[in-house]
Amino acid sequence: MSGTKGLNRQQMADRIAFEFQDGWIVNLGVGIPTMCSNTDIGDRDITYHSENGVIGYGPIAPQGEEDLNLVNAGGQNVTLKAGAAVVHHADSFAIIRGGRIDVTVMGAYEVACNGDFANWKIAGQKGGGIGGAMDLAACARRVFIIMEQTTRSGAPRLVAQCALPVTARGVVKLVATNYGLFEPIGDGFRIREIAPGVTLDEVHATVGCKLTVPENLLTVRLVS
Amino acid sequence: MTQKSKQVGTFREAVQDVPDGATIAFGGFAMPGVPFNLIKALLEHGAKQLTLVANTTGGAQQPRMPDIGMLVENGQVRKVICAFTASTRPTDVIPFTKYYESGEVDAELVPQGTLAERLRAAGAGIPAFYTPTAVGTELAAGRETRVINGREYLLEYALPLDYAFIRATRADASGNLQFHRSQRNFCPVMATAARVTIAEVDDHIVPVGTIDPDQVHTAGIFVHRLVKVPPAPEGLWPTRRQERRR
Repeated sequence: MSGTKGLNRQQMADRIAFEFQDGWIVNLGVGIPTMCSNTDIGDRDITYHSENGVIGYGPIAPQGEEDLNLVNAGGQNVTLKAGAAVVHHADSFAIIRGGRIDVTVMGAYEVACNGDFANWKIAGQKGGGIGGAMDLAACARRVFIIMEQTTRSGAPRLVAQCALPVTARGVVKLVATNYGLFEPIGDGFRIREIAPGVTLDEVHATVGCKLTVPENLLTVRLVS
Repeated sequence: MTQKSKQVGTFREAVQDVPDGATIAFGGFAMPGVPFNLIKALLEHGAKQLTLVANTTGGAQQPRMPDIGMLVENGQVRKVICAFTASTRPTDVIPFTKYYESGEVDAELVPQGTLAERLRAAGAGIPAFYTPTAVGTELAAGRETRVINGREYLLEYALPLDYAFIRATRADASGNLQFHRSQRNFCPVMATAARVTIAEVDDHIVPVGTIDPDQVHTAGIFVHRLVKVPPAPEGLWPTRRQERRR
C-alpha cells in the first residue's frame, strides 16, 4: 500500500491547515482532518465549527480535565476558546447551509477530476454513514480532502469518475494525500506539490486519470 | 401559569404510556444529550414496532450504553431514521449495521442537517422544504427537485414525532430547560417536533421561577415530563470516551 510512503497523517493535515486564511470559519471532519487543529499556523485567527453546534472549540482536553458534555464531531472531549458559543443542531446546520463555513476538510474514499467525491458508502454495503458530510459538501465555500494516495490494495483514489456513490458533485477544490497536493481541474488532476521521497513516476502510477505537472513542481511545504 | 410540577418519580412511569408503533426520537450527539436512562426504561417497557429517530444508532463505544442497537436486539424496532447505519471507518463496527444489512430492520438514511431541519420544520408547522443537500446523490434518485434562482434543490418533508426523549442539565418544575455545552445538539428541535417530550435531567429539578427567563434554552411549553437522573450506578451518566486505534 502507498500509506507508508511520503507524508504521514499529521503532515497531510498540516499541509491543508497551511491553506487556512486569517478569519476563516473551518469545519473539520472525523479522522485525519481533526489533526488540522494541531497545526501551528502562526497568529492566524481560525474559528473551528463542529456540526453538533460548537463554535470556537480549541485543543483536545487534557486527561482528567474533560467536560463529558463537550465534544467535537468525532466525539472527542475538546476545550473551548474564549468567545466560543454553543447552538442547537438546526442552527448549526443553518450556519453550514447558509454558506458561513469557509472550508470543510473531510476524508474520502475517492475524488474524481471533476470535483465529485465519495465518502459515505463502501462497495457492497446497503447503508452507510453520511453524518453532516452531504450538508457540508454541498454548502461550504470550499471542500478540501485528506486521504491516502491509494487503497490498501493499491488502487488509485484520484480517479476519472467515482465508482462509489458520491457525497456531492463538483465541489472539491484541493486534495492532500501522502504523495502530494492535488487540484481537480476537470479533465484530470494537477499536482501542485510533491511529497519528499516520492518520485513523479510513482505519482503517475497511482493517479487513475490524466495528471498535469507544472514546470516548476514544488516539494510539499511543511512549515507555515 | 400553572404551578403543577411536570416531574415524574421514575423513568418507568415516564415511558409507561408509549404505545406499540410510536415514533420516538432520542437526542444526543456522541455521549452528550443521549437519554440513556429513558432508553433503558423503554427496553424494560417493551413497546414494539417502534420507529426511532436519532443521529446514530449507538454502540460504537465501550462500555456499551443503552442504544438503538439494543432495542433492535430486543425485537422492539420496525424502522430507524438516522444519519449513520454504519461507520465510515470500516474498522469501527456499530452493532446496528448487521441488523440493517441483513434486512432484520428497516432504516432511512438522512443527512444530518436534513434530519435536524425536518425536525425543526415539524415543530414550526412547515410541512416540507427544499435543501441543496444530497442533490446529485443516490439519496435524491427518483425524488422531487426544483431549480430555484438557478440552483437545484431537493424536497424534504417534515418529521413529526410522537415522543422526544432528551437529556438536559437543569430544569424547573414547569419544564423550562437548560443544556450544558454540546448536550444541546438535537434536543431542542426534537422537543418542538414531539407531541410528548420527556427530559431526563442531571441536576435537581428547581422550583418554578428559579431559572431566569432569558436563560431558558427550551421553553417548558415543549416539555411534558421530567425525571431526575439519580447518581451512578443507579442512574446512567456519560463516560469518558475510549480512544480507539485503527
